[in-house]
Amino acid sequence: MLKIDNLHVRAGNREILKGLNLEVAPGEVHAIMGPNGAGKSTLGHVLAGREGYEVTAGSVTYQGKDLLALEPEERAAEGLFLAFQYPVEIPGVNNTYFLRAALNAQRKHRGEPEIDSMGFLKLVRQKLSVLHIKDELLNRAVNVGFSGGEKKRNEIFQLAVLEPTLAILDETDSGLDIDALKLVAEGVNLMRSPERSFLVVTHYQRLLDHLQPDVVHVLAEGRIVESGGPELARELEQHGYAWVKDRIAPGAAA
Amino acid sequence: MSVATASPLVEALDAQADALVADSVDPALAGVRSTAREAARRHGLPTTRSERWKYTHLRALAARRFVAPAAGVGVDPTAIADVPAPRLVIANGRCVPALSDLHGLPAGLRVRLLSEVLRDAPGEAAAWLATDGSRADAVFPQWNGALAGEGFVLEVEAGLRIDTPLHLVVLGVEDGGDRAFHLRHRLVLGAGATLAVVEHHLGAGAHRHLHNSVFRIELGEGAVLTQARVQHEADGATLIQHTQARLGADAHYRRLDLELGSTLSRHELEVELAGDGAVLEANGVLLADGRRHLDTRLGIEHRGRDTRSELGWRGLGAQRGRMVFHGGIRIAEGADGANAALSNKNLLLDDGAEIDTQPVLVIHADDVQAAHGATVGRLDEAALFYLRTRGLPLAEATALLTGAFLREPLAVLEPSGLEALLSTALDARLALAAGRHGAGSR
Repeated sequence: MLKIDNLHVRAGNREILKGLNLEVAPGEVHAIMGPNGAGKSTLGHVLAGREGYEVTAGSVTYQGKDLLALEPEERAAEGLFLAFQYPVEIPGVNNTYFLRAALNAQRKHRGEPEIDSMGFLKLVRQKLSVLHIKDELLNRAVNVGFSGGEKKRNEIFQLAVLEPTLAILDETDSGLDIDALKLVAEGVNLMRSPERSFLVVTHYQRLLDHLQPDVVHVLAEGRIVESGGPELARELEQHGYAWVKDRIAPGAAA
Repeated sequence: MSVATASPLVEALDAQADALVADSVDPALAGVRSTAREAARRHGLPTTRSERWKYTHLRALAARRFVAPAAGVGVDPTAIADVPAPRLVIANGRCVPALSDLHGLPAGLRVRLLSEVLRDAPGEAAAWLATDGSRADAVFPQWNGALAGEGFVLEVEAGLRIDTPLHLVVLGVEDGGDRAFHLRHRLVLGAGATLAVVEHHLGAGAHRHLHNSVFRIELGEGAVLTQARVQHEADGATLIQHTQARLGADAHYRRLDLELGSTLSRHELEVELAGDGAVLEANGVLLADGRRHLDTRLGIEHRGRDTRSELGWRGLGAQRGRMVFHGGIRIAEGADGANAALSNKNLLLDDGAEIDTQPVLVIHADDVQAAHGATVGRLDEAALFYLRTRGLPLAEATALLTGAFLREPLAVLEPSGLEALLSTALDARLALAAGRHGAGSR
């Protein structure tokens, strides 16, 4: 599904990712944990195609394709989705209109017929009922006037409608209270399938309690320094990231 | 000055005036015409040395010759297919009764044409056409006073509320020549009267006419006027328009201008809030793409006490388009308690485009609230990226954000129910732009 090989990324003069390796198989849920500044959000942005980053070495292969050669919209149409840590407010653009336009743009790219407004409405109703999202969010401008929790739930709603193959959740748990966190986790769990993979970037363990990842990675100083099962997340929670730092072999940076 | 006077444009307009002299048998009208003509001829055309014309060159226009419109131009009805009734239609400077339809309007709305008033009541027409000849930067209204032969003359009697919007269409029609036509419109609302009008400036065929018009508006005490103006003329058309409104006490003037077409469109909107408690809400959209030059100049004058003006204009500069906005607000001595707010936000999409914006606030009164601001920026990169990560191609994401940005001023029409019609006009124009310049251009 996704293979990241020795990825080096700079932003301005600063090297942020320094030889990152990661492999995600279909159906797997991988968690990436790490201290602030480790490069977690950069990884999400680079995978989604944000400008302003320079890949200086390494490669990213997604379903056999060179992911880094694709435009952001091409990545989306190929089934990649990024749930933003800070969803962007877009005044004047209706949430439903936007989502239908996005879905149809993806379908067009894949050579599938466009979905009409009736068909789209039906799809939306079905997703809403599962995710416990209020109808009124649909008729507002994208993320404008949404609470922090509503914004995150709107991201999961988009995820549900667009049905990607690889979903990257960038600190989707940040700023959420326990109830909102549970709803978001439930939404993600409903989307799990043998064909769909998740890359869950988080600072805390609590989202992982609800998501049960297959693999947990620790990202520190631009590299994966430790990988393991769910128990790794619990160890981190107990000992803090200082514990990881101690375990990084001195001089290991590539 | 003598150099400018000799320009082909001035010669051509002067020749039009020659042809008109024979028609003016009424001495008052003849006097008004000749005074206006003499003034315009004396002043020549304004240059960029004139403060009011600093950003709009008339060199190319000055070198062109225009002739008077031919009588009885044939109009393809599909040109106005999107304009509902009741409506009045002028094509190449002449009313077209066959396309006009005034059914369903109440008797208290008196509708005449300037051509009728010139024929039947020349003294009355002379009073309206009287022009201040002293100003060297107002030669187009002077030529209009000398040459105007047609226009809408609308009077609403006091207390009459008219709910159905009236559509005024001014059409430029390609007919083998470059025509200059001069229209003088007049709209008077009696005390407490209510009316909604939509001006449509449309083009049929690839004409390159010059349309010079003056629209004078008077709102009586407590009158409410909603006026929308859609300028979507042919790409070669030149429009020079003056709108002058005077608001009585507690009158409310709500207005939206969409500048979407033409090669050069200059609009001067002058509103005098003369009576106490008068309110002006005027928004606009300037879509300067292609090689279009759009110049809107506001001159808002607060004279009465406790008057309010709210002005929200948005502009776009793309390709090699040029957008000029001057937002002048003057709060006169004695206009205490005035409240004025002006916002002009602009998007500059391409390096070849240019935007010049200048808010000017002059205050001579006490206890005044005034705010103004103008910005020129690019599209929000974060928003563009967000839309693209959802699958929208760059061109589509750009169009979506641009449309959202430009649609905001339309909210001023919400109370009138005209918002949907104007929104359709703007969306159609944006779709056209996307088709013309969109995919692959960036």
